[in-house]
Amino acid sequence: MVRNNSFGRYLFQYGNLVFLALLAFLCLFPMLQVLAISFSSSHAAARGAVTFWPVEFTLDAYKYVADKPEFLRSLLVTVERVVLGTAVNMFLVVLIAYPLSKESSQFRFRTLYVWIFVFTMLFSGGMIPTYLVVKELHLLNSIWALVLPVAVPIFNVILLLNFFRNIPKELMEASHMDGANHWHTLWKVVIPISLPAIATITLFATVFHWNSWFDGIIYMNSPEKYPLQSYMQTIIVARDMTNLSESELVSLKNLSDRNVKAAQIFLGALPILLLYPFLQRYFMTGIVMGSVKE
Amino acid sequence: MRTRNKIPDWGLHLMILPGLVMIVLFSYLPMAGLSIGFQNFIPTKGLFGSDWIGFDNFEYVFTMPDTTTVIRNTIIIAVLKMIAGLIVPIIVALLLNEVVKAVYKRVIQTIIYLPHFLSWIILSGILIDVLSPSNGIVNQFLSIFGVKPIFFLGTPEWFRPSLIVSDVWKEFGFSTIVYLAALTSINPALYEAAEMDGAGRWKQTWHITLPGMAPIVILLATLSLGNILNAGFDQVFNLYSPVVYETGDIIDTYVYRLGLINFQFGIATAVGLFKSVVSFILISASYFLAYRFANYRIF
Repeated sequence: MVRNNSFGRYLFQYGNLVFLALLAFLCLFPMLQVLAISFSSSHAAARGAVTFWPVEFTLDAYKYVADKPEFLRSLLVTVERVVLGTAVNMFLVVLIAYPLSKESSQFRFRTLYVWIFVFTMLFSGGMIPTYLVVKELHLLNSIWALVLPVAVPIFNVILLLNFFRNIPKELMEASHMDGANHWHTLWKVVIPISLPAIATITLFATVFHWNSWFDGIIYMNSPEKYPLQSYMQTIIVARDMTNLSESELVSLKNLSDRNVKAAQIFLGALPILLLYPFLQRYFMTGIVMGSVKE
Repeated sequence: MRTRNKIPDWGLHLMILPGLVMIVLFSYLPMAGLSIGFQNFIPTKGLFGSDWIGFDNFEYVFTMPDTTTVIRNTIIIAVLKMIAGLIVPIIVALLLNEVVKAVYKRVIQTIIYLPHFLSWIILSGILIDVLSPSNGIVNQFLSIFGVKPIFFLGTPEWFRPSLIVSDVWKEFGFSTIVYLAALTSINPALYEAAEMDGAGRWKQTWHITLPGMAPIVILLATLSLGNILNAGFDQVFNLYSPVVYETGDIIDTYVYRLGLINFQFGIATAVGLFKSVVSFILISASYFLAYRFANYRIF
């Protein structure tokens, strides 16, 4: 009986592992395939000869992309927006989270402020009015259109706010007793011990700005100002199929720039892949930070 | 001795001011801008110069057959995604929980969680390639079994399944890890006691693991109710085409085309306002329920 049971157990363990490995492979294969295509010759890629290993290995696609002024130009726009956008995000998130982490007795109107911020999670003006506001503020075509409308990521405020709340009160009281005001206390006491949390949120903000694409498309009038993801949207994803028949569509997709597109997809994902080990580690911190409440 | 209550709070008000200004400009001003849904809005005349026309935009847009199609598509796609996004992670979390070797567990988690961080631009680029009817690897694989090439993203009946499956692909790793984190907090003594009482793995899973996971599952399910009109703009926008509008066009993409392509600002805003109001009710209700039954608080 016992032996039978343990044999069944063994079989389940084995089958389970095989199943999960297959599942993981299913998640990974689309990416692996695109990666293999990017290192294959355009001929092999167009023919559909590539599975998971490059055929007629070549770096041509990457060389082509590296020489493409549009790609580099939009990469620069992205770098600019990531740096500027993340800096603005962090500045504001810290300055919002700290006061809101106080008790109402220490900070008058705290509840009112909280509601002002929370309400934006519940209700929004939506796409068209937001676009018109950005237009009326004369931000169209400027890098600030990609930074200011998303300057306050509420979710990150909540994460940091909950982290601040769990800092022992005595630390801040001691600082105040030494005559420090709130700004001093925030800068000298709170921020230094919150660096892990701040790093986590910086990472989230960076990924957000790197991945954003829609604002670039609607707020920038000329493709030269598109950040990378918006630029990739126009060349890889956007297809005007309005007047095309199915057979034409098929031949359109046969164009031999398949490996070049694959290379750009891979390059567009590369920074995220490089950050991934950190993202994964800090993500758990994020869950814990968000859920631990007094 | 000074107590902390005596510290003047004007510094705190000053601190919060920049963030407040941004919120007012880019969240509250657009909310006020929703009023153009009641106008025959002409950009050159502006908000104050355009004519007020009451509910005409709503009457016009809700008599158009496209609008009902779009609302139906949105709800169908969103609900199917919610269901699939709930069930798949539960199963995978349960299976991963049975894996004994920590290394395997970690490797699998790492892989399934990766697509969550990639943008729909990247993922759509990948999907368009692998799902291509001519040389995509999925159709190549199916052809081994004699299946004729399927144009997954270009046929109305295949478009929705493609959306659901690819959405699960992107997001199930995320929920799986959240569920697994909940499982680690289950007291091991419960399993030991169950074992003593002669309960097998199935019974342990059914009576200990699942109930241990239930609170977080219910919480995530409740919170997702607020998304019933969010069928996923980023994903649909990057995968759809006019060929699949009948099954794949959703409120957000519809608003985008009405407003920013056809410049019918008033009408587009009317649809947007409809969505904002319904979503507001749903999100508030879901937060209230989550607060009531799971003691979940956002702040």
